[in-house]
Amino acid sequence: MSAIAHHHAGDASRGSVAGRISDFLWRHPHVLLAILLGPPLLWLGIVYLGSLFALLLQSFFSIDDYSGLINYEFTLATYRQLLNDANFDIIVRTVVMAASVTLFSAVIAFPIAYYAARYARGKWKAIFYLGVMLPLWSSYLVKIYAWKLILAKEGILTWIVTKLNLLWLLDAWLSIPVIGGNSLSVSYTGTFIVFVYVWMPFMILPIQAALERVPTNLIEASSDLGGTPQQTFRHVLFPLALPGIVAGSIFTFSLTLGDYIIPQIIGSSRLFIGQAVYAQQGTAGNIPLAAAFTVVPIVIMGLYLWMARRMGAFDAL
Amino acid sequence: MLKTLSPHEGEITRATPEQAMTAAVLFENVSRHFGAVRAVDAVDLAVAEGEFFAMLGPSGSGKTTCLRLMAGFEQPTGGHIEIFGITAEGVPPYRRSVNTVFQDYALFPHLNILDNVAYGLMVKGVAREDRRRAAEDALAMVKLQGYGPRRPGQLSGGQRQRVALARALVNKPKVLLLDEPLGALDLKLREQMQEELKSLQKSLGITFVFVTHDQGEALSMADRIAVFNDGRIQQLGTPEEVYKQPRTRFVADFVGSSNILPPEFVARLGAAPQFASLRPEAIALGHGDSGKLVLDGTVLSRSFLGAANRVLVSVDGTRINVMSPAVAPVPAEGDPVKLSFDRADLHLMETAS
Repeated sequence: MSAIAHHHAGDASRGSVAGRISDFLWRHPHVLLAILLGPPLLWLGIVYLGSLFALLLQSFFSIDDYSGLINYEFTLATYRQLLNDANFDIIVRTVVMAASVTLFSAVIAFPIAYYAARYARGKWKAIFYLGVMLPLWSSYLVKIYAWKLILAKEGILTWIVTKLNLLWLLDAWLSIPVIGGNSLSVSYTGTFIVFVYVWMPFMILPIQAALERVPTNLIEASSDLGGTPQQTFRHVLFPLALPGIVAGSIFTFSLTLGDYIIPQIIGSSRLFIGQAVYAQQGTAGNIPLAAAFTVVPIVIMGLYLWMARRMGAFDAL
Repeated sequence: MLKTLSPHEGEITRATPEQAMTAAVLFENVSRHFGAVRAVDAVDLAVAEGEFFAMLGPSGSGKTTCLRLMAGFEQPTGGHIEIFGITAEGVPPYRRSVNTVFQDYALFPHLNILDNVAYGLMVKGVAREDRRRAAEDALAMVKLQGYGPRRPGQLSGGQRQRVALARALVNKPKVLLLDEPLGALDLKLREQMQEELKSLQKSLGITFVFVTHDQGEALSMADRIAVFNDGRIQQLGTPEEVYKQPRTRFVADFVGSSNILPPEFVARLGAAPQFASLRPEAIALGHGDSGKLVLDGTVLSRSFLGAANRVLVSVDGTRINVMSPAVAPVPAEGDPVKLSFDRADLHLMETAS
């Protein structure tokens, strides 16, 4: 007994500098936390929040129409410009697209996530993760150009539809105003399909994680108390998965709001917010308007989260 | 309050399965195999209406699977199940007139206590005001008035247990299934809940089927006990029968603790050469009255248990546990000692398994 105590107290290797540092950190866990969190917090605080603030500031300046120079005086003129018909169209177009992409992604992702969380075991679980993550490993641009070929008039999709004798259906769809066009690759429908494809993993994974945390016995309890499968879904499964759905929709919604590559390559030539920002800060040189455009997704996401919270989406957290 | 919940008020008399017209729950040769694993294997049982029926066994003995077969969470791979005379195979849980109190309560974390209790009525389409009143009554029955607006996370284990009970009982089930409902509670609370469950069952007259691995709980609460091992019922009987006349070595060992005497030893006592069970508390230290069987042995060890002393005695190499009241004098280790017991307490067992 005393031999053990003596050995412990006299452990020479513990007296080294590294040993003393770890002893100090063990006794003062807050110091360790500060060392670990300090650099990333500084980076986030200064580089990220700082530039966000600078952006907000820029949007309250205006551009001199004649000289093209920025007028560093507080004004709401840029926001008035943002809300003129042409620019407001861009905002509406982007928000409607982002909302439809989000809604459709959620509808498609839920069954996949449900299967993965409730039924897939062992090998099938690995296949699920691989299947969901694999598209993320290849280049975003390659995937989009691949989709352009798939959706083109001479592409494989049209070919399959023709073979199935369903070309009339595709033509009928493409003849619908606004969402149609000459071919899928130059229509909003095409843009929509590619957005849904590209952001799908970001919707599936949070929903799967949320469903994974729902204990099986809650499903059983609902059924035991007389809940039909539809009622169990509506009153138990869906509310408990809602934080995951909201998390996924934050990804798909904000990624769609900010993307400027997909609508540029696939779709009609009409602009989305991302493209507008790109055009305003580049060729047009109107930094204040570009900044004002950038504020739009931030405001929309803020409103969205506030509404989700009010509707109780985070109650189950 | 209690009256409105009672499906057959005033009827507290218990029918034995022989007398009962229809059993509350009937298992005929029921099996549930998971691949090669026989979780439940050829089980026959009949739970009488109004009975407090316990299914007792170690983990993996098939008792919980039997309960899940009654609830409808599992379907049998063989045999026939009836609940109040109605075939239960292929009937989903939400169409059965049974309700379950889950082991870890399974309260809905996103609903408050009142909505949890009212859930069963809500999915059945009971009007909001009516189900609210019924849920409040049920909460009052389990002594949780005014807890309605709270969330499950804000309640203690014992309170959650009561909510789970109220949530099941508000549906007026014909059979209430309880899956180790007291397992997560500490000893004092468990004893208190045992009393409450027992009196609740008496006043409501609902059939209770209770799964537990705690033999003390089963003995003190149940009208009848089915002792499970390896997916089969080892013995089915009243607590007294199961305790005093264990049919197998497993039952003798699992229900209480018992001295299992080997056939040679039993033969020397003048009985048939079979395995026999002798309860430690049936043995007295010392010579005892005339007419008792007396053995000579040596004390190996002793331990103080509070109300009693446990004395381990070696009789010709066979170890025998004796439970001696704490007031009686205790011999020291190594002392020679005489053991005495009634011949009637020596219970011969049918099978050696």
